[in-house]
Amino acid sequence: MQALYGQLVVGLINGSFYALLSLGLAVIFGMLNIINFAHGAFYMMGAFAAYFLLNWAGLGYWWALLLAPLMVGAVGVLVERTMLQWLTGLDHLYGLLLTFGLALVIQGVFQNEFGSSGLPYAIPAELRGAQNLGFMFLPNYRAWVIVFSLVVCLATWFVIERTKLGAYLRAATERPELVRAFGIDVPRMITLTYGFGVALAALAGVLAAPINQVRPLMGADFIIVVFAVVVIGGMGSIMGSIVTGFALGLIEGLTKYFYPEASSTVVFVIMAIVLLVKPNGLFGRTA
Amino acid sequence: MAEAANGALLTVAGLEAWYGESHILHGVDFHVRPGEVVTLLGRNGAGKTTTLKSVMGMIGKRSGSIRFDGAETIRLTSDRIARAGIALCPEERGIFASLDVKENLTLPPVVRPGGLSLDQIFELFPNLKERLGSQGTKLSGGEQQMLAIGRILRTGARLLMLDEPTEGLAPVIIQQIGRTIARLKQSGFTILLVEQNFRWASKVADRFYVMEHGRVVDGFASADLEANKQKLQDYLGV
Ligand SMILES: Nc1ncnc2c1ncn2[C@@H]1O[C@H](COP(=O)(O)OP(=O)(O)OP(=O)(O)O)[C@@H](O)[C@H]1O
Ligand SMILES: [Mg+2]
Repeated sequence: MQALYGQLVVGLINGSFYALLSLGLAVIFGMLNIINFAHGAFYMMGAFAAYFLLNWAGLGYWWALLLAPLMVGAVGVLVERTMLQWLTGLDHLYGLLLTFGLALVIQGVFQNEFGSSGLPYAIPAELRGAQNLGFMFLPNYRAWVIVFSLVVCLATWFVIERTKLGAYLRAATERPELVRAFGIDVPRMITLTYGFGVALAALAGVLAAPINQVRPLMGADFIIVVFAVVVIGGMGSIMGSIVTGFALGLIEGLTKYFYPEASSTVVFVIMAIVLLVKPNGLFGRTA
Repeated sequence: MAEAANGALLTVAGLEAWYGESHILHGVDFHVRPGEVVTLLGRNGAGKTTTLKSVMGMIGKRSGSIRFDGAETIRLTSDRIARAGIALCPEERGIFASLDVKENLTLPPVVRPGGLSLDQIFELFPNLKERLGSQGTKLSGGEQQMLAIGRILRTGARLLMLDEPTEGLAPVIIQQIGRTIARLKQSGFTILLVEQNFRWASKVADRFYVMEHGRVVDGFASADLEANKQKLQDYLGV
């Protein structure tokens, strides 16, 4: 039983990252109509930003949690202003190719500088240790990652679905030209949305740094699974990406316990089944 | 169209507009004075909607002159034009499916003082008040039209442009919209209307312009409608 609970926690951790990343992808896709293949690279940059902040500026984990998303988000803003904005109105394929190329370039640069092996990043002192829950030991840091990710995801959902700012975002997703004709600076909103989605990826990167080490290709491997999660959940649904992210993490964890041989493929098997039964994804809108 | 445009709130002169490579407006001239209700008539495809969208800054490629409240707006983006005090109720209504009625109604930001309060809007369109929590696109066609008009009344825009507000609606609702336009005029709004139904429009409009092939080809006052009836029927092919 201990092992099962252990795998469930690992599953929830992965689910947290899936949710944060697919949430950012969904928000970006909604507003920009771009499938952001650079998402994994930004996730990696978030982890590296935390590493740099610690080793070059002496700023620890808590600062990184705040500053890394801001820094990488600013890079996202720059990318949108200088490149992505010119793709408005073109086919999905252009954005996909551009961001894919961007991911290769970013990952290549980091690999050149830092090689392929992982750099260590320690768990912050406040979150070391574990809780004895009676039926298992729950490491504090893992509990923190799960709870914090959930809070960030739900806060994002709340802002988008329940606030005025969110109403602008939803409306601009449907008819940007009309929202602009009401007096709202939609291009700036699009830029900031991209920056926000990228910042979420970077935040996941910081959270992952103490668990997975900091590696130039940490995002490249991970993002493939995240895209499968997005396909299962359906592009564009906010709650859908959160629920699907956590659920698939859990399913992966359960598979690791009951049938370890399938643990790395189970997400893709589910994806294939969902594509057959519901091509728009479980929460996808029919477009 | 040699009438003096002095004191006009909106003056459009030599307006040309393109969708991509297709040249749609070929020099549109007209003006709207403060407090007037002016109607653009014309056959399908004459360029009425394109004219309103050009005034709103929603057509990417346009040239000529559009002066609003004394300032040239031809090169402004649509968000700047909205903030100058022009609002559009689009032909397809543009109700957002992912927003409820309240959110749809309060979406356009207030750009200047002088707009209607929510209560005043509910007074004009009582139906909306009862449906505030419904999804915007779950409303009936008539209610959606009320929502589309109601939401631009809050913003304080001085010039309201309504693109075929009566299209596809039942006679009772068309009457209600007519009364609304009359009341808006009374409260000092300036209205530029696009309408196919010139008999209905003659009850609310002060003046008409007729568009053909991307140009304004004629114009007359509502009072002269009878005298121009035969000509108008030829223009509109009715
Ligand atoms: N998005 C577009 N792309 C290309 N051409 C367009 C587009 N919208 C309209 N047109 C063309 O521009 C011309 C004028 O269209 P517009 O919608 O302004 O006419 P209208 O007078 O409003 O007609 P209706 O009474 O049918 O609404 C038409 O020939 C139409 O085919
Ligand atoms: Mg039209």
